[in-house]
Amino acid sequence: MSTTVSSPRPGNPQGGGATADPSATALSAKPVGWKTPVLLAVFAVVSLVFFGFLAPNKTASFGISTGSDFFQLPALEIDAAVGGIVLSVLLLALAAYAVYLKLKNRPAPGWLTVTFISLFVAAFLIWVVGGARTPAISLAGLIAGSVTLAVPLVFGSLSGVLCERVGVVNIAIEGQLLGGAFTAAIVASMTKNPFIGLVAAAAAGAVVSMVLALFSIKYLVNQIIVGVVLNVLVSGVTGFLFSTVMQANKAQFNSPPGLDVIDIPVLSGIPVIGPILFRQSLVGYLMYIAVAVVWVGLFKTRWGLRVRAVGEHPQAADTLGINVNLTRFWNVTLGGAVAGIGGSFFTLVAIDSFTKEISGGRGFIALAALIFGRWNPIGAFFAALLFGFADNLQSIVTIIGTPVPSQFMAMLPYLVTVLAVAGLVGKSRGPAASGIPYVKG
Amino acid sequence: MKLELRGITKRFGTLLANDHIDVVVEPGQIHCLLGENGAGKSTLMNVLYGLYEPSDGEILLDDKPVTFRGPGDAMAAGIGMVHQHFMLVPVFTVAENVALGAEPTKAAGFLDLDQTRRRIREISDQYGFDVDPDALVEDLPVGVQQRVEIIKALVRNAKVLILDEPTAVLTPQETDELLDIMRQLKSGGTSIVFISHKLREVKEVSDTITVIRRGKVVGTADPAASTTELASMMVGRAVSLNLDKAPAQPRETTFEVRDLTVIAANGQHVVDHLSFQIRRGEILAVAGVQGNGQTELTEAILGLQDRVTGSIVLDGKELLGRPVKEVLEAGVGFVPEDRKVDGLVGTFSVAENLILDLYDKPPFAKGISMSPAKVMENATARIGEFDVRTPSAAAAAGTLSGGNQQKLVMARELSRPLRLFIASQPTRGVDVGSIEFLHRRIVAERDQGTPVMIISTELDEVMELADRIAVLYKGKLVGTVPAGTSRDVLGLMMAGIPPEEHAPTPQAGSNPAPATNAEGADHA
Repeated sequence: MSTTVSSPRPGNPQGGGATADPSATALSAKPVGWKTPVLLAVFAVVSLVFFGFLAPNKTASFGISTGSDFFQLPALEIDAAVGGIVLSVLLLALAAYAVYLKLKNRPAPGWLTVTFISLFVAAFLIWVVGGARTPAISLAGLIAGSVTLAVPLVFGSLSGVLCERVGVVNIAIEGQLLGGAFTAAIVASMTKNPFIGLVAAAAAGAVVSMVLALFSIKYLVNQIIVGVVLNVLVSGVTGFLFSTVMQANKAQFNSPPGLDVIDIPVLSGIPVIGPILFRQSLVGYLMYIAVAVVWVGLFKTRWGLRVRAVGEHPQAADTLGINVNLTRFWNVTLGGAVAGIGGSFFTLVAIDSFTKEISGGRGFIALAALIFGRWNPIGAFFAALLFGFADNLQSIVTIIGTPVPSQFMAMLPYLVTVLAVAGLVGKSRGPAASGIPYVKG
Repeated sequence: MKLELRGITKRFGTLLANDHIDVVVEPGQIHCLLGENGAGKSTLMNVLYGLYEPSDGEILLDDKPVTFRGPGDAMAAGIGMVHQHFMLVPVFTVAENVALGAEPTKAAGFLDLDQTRRRIREISDQYGFDVDPDALVEDLPVGVQQRVEIIKALVRNAKVLILDEPTAVLTPQETDELLDIMRQLKSGGTSIVFISHKLREVKEVSDTITVIRRGKVVGTADPAASTTELASMMVGRAVSLNLDKAPAQPRETTFEVRDLTVIAANGQHVVDHLSFQIRRGEILAVAGVQGNGQTELTEAILGLQDRVTGSIVLDGKELLGRPVKEVLEAGVGFVPEDRKVDGLVGTFSVAENLILDLYDKPPFAKGISMSPAKVMENATARIGEFDVRTPSAAAAAGTLSGGNQQKLVMARELSRPLRLFIASQPTRGVDVGSIEFLHRRIVAERDQGTPVMIISTELDEVMELADRIAVLYKGKLVGTVPAGTSRDVLGLMMAGIPPEEHAPTPQAGSNPAPATNAEGADHA
């Protein structure tokens, strides 16, 4: 079994033309556009001017080890001006290579864009830290914090993957996260057991999803509308119960015992990687497991093949004896449960109580991560990490005091979203039947 | 396996799609269901395949009654179906498509696609299919996709294979290959139910023919029966299949397309540097397999396409870049390929549909007011002239039969003086009787001195109507040949192989491939 068979190849028809005759391949090949090379060039020049020439004359310091690591590495000291110029030159070189490829009518490869983004982010970091009042941040802390902030996003986008892959658009991720957060808080408080709270959160997400599934699959109501209505409904219901029940008796209903961070001995002491992979709460570990399980499930198992078939061409699935609407129903429900677990992160791990609108629109960012990640669990995971990183960066950078107003930094995650979805990473192609109800005959 | 359908009846509301149909398919037989579009053939097969539940009647396999709750049951019982519109997931590989629904798995539900690949190679070798299990389906030509569908059925050990209008999307050569495959399958013991309305193929390959008309079996025919006889059975009255049109009397050239290129949204050149001319009083038929740029070509001429370069000149005036209304006013009559989508407004009355492009002109309009009396008057005249069978001029156009809807569109387009007439798929889904009428009207328009362009994917129609034939392949003009060019040459051209020059050329035998292929086709 090879990976190339099962993994999706969205938006790249010319890549798979191994067997088509040459003339067909030549005709179906789309002309390579100027968009990517031009965008890269613009960003490289911006980097050179701002991060290179206008760099602060300071040294930026990046801490690599945390106090609890079992060995310590010295902090990375980089002269802001030198670092900025060196990285900008590399960026220019990459942009030039993209232009060269365009002239040969070849598209920019994926690694080029990824490297470019990484280098650009590095240049930006050096610039912003170098310009701060205290030009030093902990790189390890920055990354570990990004992962933490990304946890609900990852669960949310996995929920989106599960729903959209089977052909139902899930706009209700926000409502599922919020429902999960609320239920986790109230159940864990009443039972004094965070694990029961976690399970209850999954159930709550599933219930929200079942409503979506029922209305969109059985009654053929527009999926976007049901999703939006559900978000408003969950927000209203949890808000009402919060201000009436939870506020009245906080000790009984809104003081959930948290899920503690579980340190895996030795491994958690590895610098940088340790805190990310081996110093997480139960929900954090579940996140890694969920990403792996969903990916393997979708692309390597019978269940996944059927799910994808239903999302791409439900009629074909139907003629092969697959029950389209039942498959859709249970997958959407499962997706809701996954999002519910993500919601429990807010009240069982991040903060130890529920407040109104605690999910704060992260369900929508998760939706963007889903598209950015091209409907692939692993892609969605990294997209969510990127948003988590942007989110964390803006809070850290505000703390160390940069010349950039914090409001601008707060735009960062959304700016990244817009650029990403606008096609910097190539065309995204979602499941063909996503959002279209299936009616037999 | 012997398959018997006994008294199958299927109602959709008040519509009786199948009325007590009895069919017996003997083992190892190619049994053709012949009938016009809408006669109820596909409904019957969907009942057999478990997609529809019959309102009445029973299905017997080897004389034992069976009931199918869904396609899964039908497949388990040994019935396989190749649908008219392929049921393949385009972004899946061949192996994934074949495995779907009956996936071989290892422990814990993990796919075992290697097993499927092996089976595909076995079947592919046995029947000479030449299908790569790891190719993405969307990259494959239509003919190969159809083989994937057949493999899907064979992998599931189908004893009865239903082919629903399998040749509609194929080139003549691909059709011949398919007929060959059918014979091979038959000799291997598979029974085949072949659904078609194309008489030539039916005669060539069938063992028995059951003719269905308006949901009823009207009789059984022998494949040796003449095409006229079969056509009459299908339609229910005598029809003439030959047009016997007079030779064209072409006059001056008034319509010219030069270097026309249409770029699709995905950047593909769907019409690629196309140039041709049409003279007054001649019919140019544009042949080609569906999806080779015909739709875009007609839409570009009408002004419905955005990214177009080149030049379209009618009577010395440039049409390109002008709005549709001006193009129509320049005297272009246009019959679109899908009457239900582009040709008619189904909920409007017949009378209203007849003035869709004339509503704002006298005598129908005066200032901001319309004259309903004139509209009705016009409707009555056209309905009579074109023999449109409608309960009244006020009936909704959507309630008419396909043939009458098409006559309606044609009546509207031919009801004003034209400088160019374009008809796309003029007789698609139209009963044989109406085809004859529509063809005569087209020829009559030609004889009035209008340049006529016919776009058709039906080779028979092209050969019938054309004074000259242009063949499109992947948006390019493969060549323009005179009427009377043989099917084989046209078939090869539809596959992208240019016609051999009959006149002596400097390099003799520059492309030997067409000759051998053509022979092979004759052989078949």
